[in-house]
Amino acid sequence: MKKYTILGNKDTRSGFGDGLLEAGKRNSEVVALCADLTESVKMTAFKEAFPERFVQVGIAEANMVSMAAGMALSGKVAFYSSFAAFATGRVYDQIRQSVAYSNTNVKICGSHSGITLGEDGATHQILEDIGLMRMIPNIIVINPCDYNQTKQATIAIAEHKGPVYLRFGRPKVPVFISEDTPFEIGKALMINEGKDVTIIATGHLVWEAIVAGEILAEQGIDAEIINIHTIKPLDTEAILRSVEKTGCVVSCEEHQYNGGLNDSIAQLLARKNPKPMEYIGIDDMFGESGKPEKLMEKFGLKAENIVEAVKTVIKRK
Amino acid sequence: MATIAELENIASQVRRDIVRMVNGCSSGHPGGSLGCTDLMTALYFEVLDSKPENFTMEGKGEDMFFLSNGHISPVWYSVLSRRGFFPVSSLSTFRSLGSPLQGHPTPKYKLPGIRVASGSLGQGLSVGIGAALAKKMNGCGHLIYTLHGDGELQEGQIWEGAMFAGGNKLDNLISIIDYNNAQIDGTVDNVLGLGNLKDKFLAFGWEVLEMQGNDMKDCLRGLNEAKGLTKKGKPVVILMHTLMGFGVDFMQGLNTWHGAAPNDEQRDNALSQLKETLGDY
Repeated sequence: MKKYTILGNKDTRSGFGDGLLEAGKRNSEVVALCADLTESVKMTAFKEAFPERFVQVGIAEANMVSMAAGMALSGKVAFYSSFAAFATGRVYDQIRQSVAYSNTNVKICGSHSGITLGEDGATHQILEDIGLMRMIPNIIVINPCDYNQTKQATIAIAEHKGPVYLRFGRPKVPVFISEDTPFEIGKALMINEGKDVTIIATGHLVWEAIVAGEILAEQGIDAEIINIHTIKPLDTEAILRSVEKTGCVVSCEEHQYNGGLNDSIAQLLARKNPKPMEYIGIDDMFGESGKPEKLMEKFGLKAENIVEAVKTVIKRK
Repeated sequence: MATIAELENIASQVRRDIVRMVNGCSSGHPGGSLGCTDLMTALYFEVLDSKPENFTMEGKGEDMFFLSNGHISPVWYSVLSRRGFFPVSSLSTFRSLGSPLQGHPTPKYKLPGIRVASGSLGQGLSVGIGAALAKKMNGCGHLIYTLHGDGELQEGQIWEGAMFAGGNKLDNLISIIDYNNAQIDGTVDNVLGLGNLKDKFLAFGWEVLEMQGNDMKDCLRGLNEAKGLTKKGKPVVILMHTLMGFGVDFMQGLNTWHGAAPNDEQRDNALSQLKETLGDY
């Protein structure tokens, strides 16, 4: 198992904030829109550096999304951000018509996604957003795994012309992807080459997959671990190549079973190369209040759960 | 500058186009289209600084128009083609398979004049606000125009936009409300009344004008007056009084013609009331 060192603990939303500032420095057409959550979604640095390119919309997300579309079609690279629940589900129709169908250069930036939002509870813990966004044509869906990858992804999507959903989170989590690791939209990242099982993970669960890989290695199981940061378009080649080698898959995400990365992979395998597969995710339930770590345990999103799923899936080979 | 008579001639032809397009595909929305024909003619042929032969999505150095009530696409398509954005012959493809003239407008097929999709109501004001902000950021002195149905004002997003534009003194924006008091389920008053619309917009920090939308002379007066009120610290709204189906006697004032197509007999009756001035497509 390849050794990964924790380079620090940082929130992925700060990776977004720092990436946005950098994107703003590189391109004067980059604008940012916010609905009364400037510091929560880490837009403060951008706002201070480029006050004339920052728009405070107030608590009116629908207006914000369509405004972003209007700015984008006028030539701006329009980033808007809110909590992922309000950046996606609340404004689904605005995204569908003004952003996706109109193919405007809008970056939908959802912070505080998933169960690890923690104490605020289920109203804010969106676990459906990947599914919602990936179902609409034209939208690229990206869920980076740590601070460095989120920063790089933010810079990358500013350079891509077209709608993108970028999903990130609230808690401080391990930073383990080096700053110089290349980020390419749509390209899977090989975390560890192995032969017994393919573990595919996105977002916060990539680190859990690495910890699981270490536990499995001690038990003599050689796991291949792939980080899918771009859920749409999916790097089907990388996934099929790995699964052909290992013969089974465990797919991990901080999302409902329905509609997310796991379903994307199941859909791919069902059509191209059916193999035993297990899901790590949340099975048709709402979240609840609690510390992120405790919630990860309660909802079965920890390394230990991945280890169990790997053992189950290997038996099914 | 076109004379009132010349604009009225264009409007008559546009109304013929609308009736023929909607009849041709046995679907579409003639009521609001006919009601807004005079406005759209005045806007595109006299008021809007646009570049029909050199359309750009970004609209730099020109005025931009957004149709928020996308279902009245027939009038928009007709006016755009008559103004030279695309060939008039395209109108015959309205709503048919493979046509860029979709039932509701979209930029997907690169139809010149269309910058954003509309159809799901309430979004066009926000889009226009975004474009107006971009114009200000770019130091472009041109204006943004948006058009809305009155029933559309029942959508909450409109008021989010109204609050933003008023609160941010977005004074390069002119929004026009097609105040025909008709929507699918009946009169707007009966379905969900708008109350004192003028006072509502005033309270949101807008300049409010009224005009008679089926009177070409008053359309020009209203639009020019609205232009004169821009760049003075407030967005401008025009409450435009119209009749749904204006120009065709059996449609006029009836909400039942919101989304119903005339049959061939009704078409012929309608066309007999509308002078062919520029040649049918």
